[in-house]
Amino acid sequence: MSTPAFSFALSRTRRQLLTLAVLPLFLALATSLALLPGAARAAEESPDALVRSLSEEMLKTIRADPALRSGDMRRIMALVDAKVMPNVNFQRMTALAVGPTWRQASPEQRKRLQEEFKTLLVRTYAGALTQIQDETVVVRPVRLSPGDTEVVVRTEIRGRGDPIQLDYRLEKTPGEGAGWKIFNLNVLGVWLVETYRSQFAQEINARGLDGLVNALAERNRTAGSRPRN
Amino acid sequence: MRFKSSFHRLLRAGALALVAAWLAGCASLVGDPTHPVDPFEPINRKVMAFNDDLDSAVLRPVAVAYRDHMPRPVRHGVSNVLGNIADVWSFFNSTLQLKLRQAAELGGRVVINSLWGLGGLVDVASDLGLEHRSEDFGQTLGRWGVPSGPYLVLPLLGPSSVRDAAATLTLDRYMDPLTHIDHLPVRLSMFGLRAVDTRTNLLKVTNVLDDIALDRYTFTRDAYLQRRFAEVSRGRPALPPLDPGDTWDGRDDSPAPAVPAAPPSPAGPKVNPALPSSGLTAPEHNPKL
Repeated sequence: MSTPAFSFALSRTRRQLLTLAVLPLFLALATSLALLPGAARAAEESPDALVRSLSEEMLKTIRADPALRSGDMRRIMALVDAKVMPNVNFQRMTALAVGPTWRQASPEQRKRLQEEFKTLLVRTYAGALTQIQDETVVVRPVRLSPGDTEVVVRTEIRGRGDPIQLDYRLEKTPGEGAGWKIFNLNVLGVWLVETYRSQFAQEINARGLDGLVNALAERNRTAGSRPRN
Repeated sequence: MRFKSSFHRLLRAGALALVAAWLAGCASLVGDPTHPVDPFEPINRKVMAFNDDLDSAVLRPVAVAYRDHMPRPVRHGVSNVLGNIADVWSFFNSTLQLKLRQAAELGGRVVINSLWGLGGLVDVASDLGLEHRSEDFGQTLGRWGVPSGPYLVLPLLGPSSVRDAAATLTLDRYMDPLTHIDHLPVRLSMFGLRAVDTRTNLLKVTNVLDDIALDRYTFTRDAYLQRRFAEVSRGRPALPPLDPGDTWDGRDDSPAPAVPAAPPSPAGPKVNPALPSSGLTAPEHNPKL
């Protein structure tokens, strides 16, 4: 990465900004996805209660399982599918990131986009799980008016170092499997969906929907193959 | 005599910052309408490529060696001392933004860490619950209502905006104690040490970034602008700054695609009115292009 690196000539604030912003960004993104929901809860459960109980449950699970903390992708993916996904409207999350072009995507393209996007996000935090120790989650209570169908739940991860701001955007889903579902999340002021949106649009404009699917698949395939140090 | 010249330089830096901030305001009104926050993208990408080359050739290898060969306590000590110096300027900026509680905490941090933390070597204040926050003059300008202006990638320094660059290159720099070290070799060594310290702390991040960004430039830009927007908002913005013309809410109930260009969903989603809506009402810039 280019930039933050070179803060030597001038602003140290830039250094702080990036350290503060980017490092926790991924760490928290990770933690956050990890901390998301366990099993889907009853429809009556308030969104903040949902986020709280599931965050705590996930933290406990991760702390108790060395395989998860060592970044074992298969185990992590299994956990995500079992506990996180039931509480996420991942189709909407993907659709938001893809933009209105989503309407033109075939069912097959939609399925692949969701799969690849999910893998991308899970990979993001696989490494960060190794960092989890004695973190706790503080969830701010939400005041909900009757008829609200969307809400932002704010949380803070406290542990070593600076607290990490982590917010979730949830929607109330009617009918089958009713309850609150997460469809966007914010780490230190940065919304996940919005951060991918321009990149997706770029790819779609240049190479179409299939181009986007391929780009994501390629990124997932080559990730981690570079030497790291 | 010395004081007077310092004072003049300070004044000059301040005036420059204001002019640049004003330019940022103007610049945010022009620019390519299809890329409202990034009219400088072509040149920005070139600068980023330059920074990247320099990074992989010099800074990153040095940072890796520093991490691998320097004992952890030493590295932490270095980070803490540099952080203690930074807290001073954050304290001033918190005050300028009238974040008085935070200013008091930062002031407390500096005093405690300097006196009981062996001149900043040990971060005692964090253990006492005084959290580190960073505030720079770009944030202060933003808090005062100066728009960020277009995204800018600075050589060596990286992601910025017209407003933030104006602040970085003037007051932030002037108020940085390292800038005022008279002995040139010492000054350069200190800047070098800070660069290595920063880069070392970012090693994990940049590894991840390479793996998850489709386009690192766009990823970095959008994350940077959103982050800065959140920092200068009063309270956390509930939602990302929205493009007023953007009605896509990700809901598409039509099962199959077939017909392109269905009518856009009628109204935006209903959002809890109890939430602050600064993200919606005062979009300082719109990271979605």
